[in-house]
Amino acid sequence: MRSTDLDNRHYYCHYLQWPTAVGHFSKEVRSMESLESFRQEVRSWLEENCPASQRLPRDGETPLPWGSPQAVEDAKLWLERCANKGFTCPSWPAEYGGGGLSNEQEKVLRQEVAAVGTQLPGMSFGTHMLGPVLLELGNEEQKRRFIPDIIHNRLTWAQGYSEPGAGSDLAGLQTRAERVGDEYVINGSKIWTTGANNADWMFCLVRTDPDAPKHDGISFILFDLKSPGVTISPIELISGASEFCQVFFEDVRAKAENLIGEKNKGWAIAKRLLQYERTMISGMGGGGGPRGGAKRKRVAKRYRSMADMALPYVGEKDGKLADFALRDQLTQTEMDTICLTLTTKRVGEEVKAQKGPGHTASMFKWYATELNKRRQEILTTALGTQALGWEGEGFQAHELAHTRGWLRSKGNSIEGGTSEVQMNVIAKRVLGLPD
Amino acid sequence: MALALTEEQKILQSTAREFISANAPVAHLRGLRDSRDATGFSRDLWKEMAKLGWVGLTFDEASGGSDLGYAELAVLFEECGRTLAPTPFLSSAVLGAECVRRGAAEPLRAQILSGVAQGETLLALALDERAHFAPYVIETKAEKSGEGYVLTGEKGFVLDGHVADRLVVVARTSGAAGDRDGVGLFLVDRLAKGVTVSRTGMVDSRNAARVRLDRAPAEAVLGEVGGGADVLDAALDRGTAVLCAEILGLATEAFEQTVEYLKTREQFGVKIGTFQALKHRASVMFAELELARSIVRETMNAIDEDGPDVPALVSVAKARCSDVGSLVSREMLQMHGGIGMTDEADIGFYLKRARVAELTFGDASYHRDRFATLQGY
Repeated sequence: MRSTDLDNRHYYCHYLQWPTAVGHFSKEVRSMESLESFRQEVRSWLEENCPASQRLPRDGETPLPWGSPQAVEDAKLWLERCANKGFTCPSWPAEYGGGGLSNEQEKVLRQEVAAVGTQLPGMSFGTHMLGPVLLELGNEEQKRRFIPDIIHNRLTWAQGYSEPGAGSDLAGLQTRAERVGDEYVINGSKIWTTGANNADWMFCLVRTDPDAPKHDGISFILFDLKSPGVTISPIELISGASEFCQVFFEDVRAKAENLIGEKNKGWAIAKRLLQYERTMISGMGGGGGPRGGAKRKRVAKRYRSMADMALPYVGEKDGKLADFALRDQLTQTEMDTICLTLTTKRVGEEVKAQKGPGHTASMFKWYATELNKRRQEILTTALGTQALGWEGEGFQAHELAHTRGWLRSKGNSIEGGTSEVQMNVIAKRVLGLPD
Repeated sequence: MALALTEEQKILQSTAREFISANAPVAHLRGLRDSRDATGFSRDLWKEMAKLGWVGLTFDEASGGSDLGYAELAVLFEECGRTLAPTPFLSSAVLGAECVRRGAAEPLRAQILSGVAQGETLLALALDERAHFAPYVIETKAEKSGEGYVLTGEKGFVLDGHVADRLVVVARTSGAAGDRDGVGLFLVDRLAKGVTVSRTGMVDSRNAARVRLDRAPAEAVLGEVGGGADVLDAALDRGTAVLCAEILGLATEAFEQTVEYLKTREQFGVKIGTFQALKHRASVMFAELELARSIVRETMNAIDEDGPDVPALVSVAKARCSDVGSLVSREMLQMHGGIGMTDEADIGFYLKRARVAELTFGDASYHRDRFATLQGY
C-alpha cells in the first residue's frame, strides 16, 4: 500500500504545515513594508473571500448543512479563490502561480486562516508530493505545464510506485517502458495505487534499462490514465474499504517529454518524493498555532480523549478508570502523543532553515503510524465486543466506524514504506550505521 | 518559548560540556567510589561550579543568583548527566533551594540562598519513608515545643543527607499517612541535638543517607504549618524536571557510545552495526530519545512560564525519561557484550545511575498514574 490514507490521517495530521521554500517574493508582497501589513492584508482578504460555509460559524450564524448544494458550490469557490492567490501552495514561486511567500509570511497566512476557523483547500498528491519534486527537479516546460494545474487542483494524481513483486524492495520494480519515437510504450502493473479509479494522471516509476543494476535503470514519467491500454481494478481491504487499486498497463503510450529528470536516473527522484510523502503521512511541521504577536498563555490542557471513549465501556472505580492495566496503557499512549507532537514542533524549529524534509521524516512516519495502531488496539480493548461489530443492528455508528478504523490502521505502517524500511533509513541515514 | 535551543543556550551547553568533561568525567565518580571518599563529591569542583554561577543560576539577584530559567539549568543538568558527575546540584540548588525560596521568610531566605549560590551551604530534602515514592505518606511527627517544633521520625534515601548543612524535613502536624493536609516543611540543622545521619551506600555510588530524628528542634517552618504540600509539590516538580534533564544527558551519552561501538566492533568478519537486529533497536532508541528531548524542553518552558500545566508535563517527562534511561542503559550493556559486564568499562556506571534515577521521585508507572489522576480519570 503505497500511498497515504486520507481517512486515517486526521489522527496525526492536525498540525500539518509544509516546510517552505525560501525567498520568492511576489511583487505584491515585496511592496509590503512589513509582516504586520501582510497580516492585515491577509485578514481582510479572508474576511471578503472565505465563504461562511467554509469556516466555523460565528455567533448568531446558522451553519449550512455539510454537503448541501450551497456548501459544495462554496467549497469550489473557496478553492478557486485560494488558487488564484496561490494560497493552495503558499511557498511556491509566484511565476508558476504559487503564493511566493516567505517562511514567515506563510506562517502568518496559516495563523490567520486558523483564526477564522478554516483551512487552505486543495491538499493533494499534487501539492504535497509531485509538485515539490517537479519544482526541485523538473525542467522549465514541465513546471509550466503541470504546476499551475496542481495549484488549481485541475488534475487528480495517482502514484505508480509499488508493484506486485516490488513492495519494500521498490527498486526491484519491473514495469517496462521502451522508447518508440517520441513516446515510451509501457507494459506491466502497479498495485496499492490510492484512488487510481478516480485519478486523471499518474506519476510512475518505470524500468527503462533492464540490463542496468536495479537502481540505475529506473525513470520517473507522467502520463494520462485515460490512455488506451490502462485497466484499473479496485482492491477490497480487510476493513471493507476499496481505496486502493491495481493498475495494468498494456502498450500504454506516454510522451517522452513527460519523463522527469534524466532517463534511467529516476531513482533519486523517487526517493525525494518518498521523503515528501513520509512527511505528509506523519503530519510533520509547525502548524497554524495562535495568532502571531501575542504571547501564548499556558493553559492546563486536557489529555483524556481516549479515557472519555473508554469510560462508558470500562466504568469507574474511585474516580479512576476501572481497568488499571488499560488505564496505564492508555495513559502511555496519550503521553507519547504529546511527546511526538512536541517533537514535530521542535524538529520543525531546528530545520527551519533547511529546504524540504530530511531523513527524520522516517522517524516521524514510523512513530506516528505505530502510535496510531497502538491507539486503535487499546480502544478496541476498551470498547470490548462493541468494537467488533461489522454491520447492522446492535452497534452505534461510532462503534462500527471504530471496527473499520482499527482494521484500516494496520496498513498505516505498511503504506508509504513499512516501519521496518523506515528503521533501516534511520539506521543508515541518521545514525550512519554501515550497510 | 522555543523548543530548539537558543544561541545563548548552545553557548552555555558547549561551555558546560567542556568544563564537565575536563573536571568531572566518569573517572571522577569512579575515583570517589574507589577511594571510598567520605563526602562522595568534590567540594572544590562544587565551589568551581558556584563560581561559574551555575549553582545559583535560577536564584534572584538579591540571593546571589543569575535570575536565569530552568531551560538554562536543564542544559547544565544534561551535561552533568553525560558524565554522571556527582554533585549536590539537585539536592541543594533545586530541591532544598526551592523549598527555601518558596517557604522561608526574609532575611533567612536570602541568607540561605546566597550561601547555597556561593557553594558554601548544602541542603537536603528529607522526605521518603517508604521504599516506593509516596510524598504524602509521612509519619514523621512535628510537635509543638515552646515557641517552635520538635521532629520525631525516620527518613530514607535523603539525597546528599550526610553532607548537607541543613535538612528540609517533611513532617506531619495532623492527619494520617497519605493525607496531603497536615504535612509541613521544617528546616533542621544537621548537627542539632536529636539528629542522627548515616550514609547509605547506593549502587550508583551517589550520595544518600538515612536520617533519624528524635525530638530534633526545627529552626524554622517553611511555608505554613500543616500546609506545606504546595511548596513541597512545587519543589518536587522542579527537582523531577531537572532529574529528567540529567537522565536525558545520561541516555544520550550512553546511546552515542553504543552507536559508535556498533560502527567499530567486528564479528563474523563484519561490523556488528550491519546487523538489522541491532540497527532496528538503535533506531528505536533514537526515536524514543528524540521524544524525551522534546518533552524535557517543554517542561522547562512551562516551569519558566509558571504554567498550570507543570505537574502534568513533569509526569509526562518523568514517565518517559525513566523508561528511556532504562531502555538505553540496558541496551548499552547488551550491545557491548561481555565488556559491558566488567567494572573496568564505564557501562555499568550508566546502568546503575539510570536505575536509581528511574526510581527517584517515582518511576514511570507512578507518573502515569499521577498524570491520569490529574486528568480526572
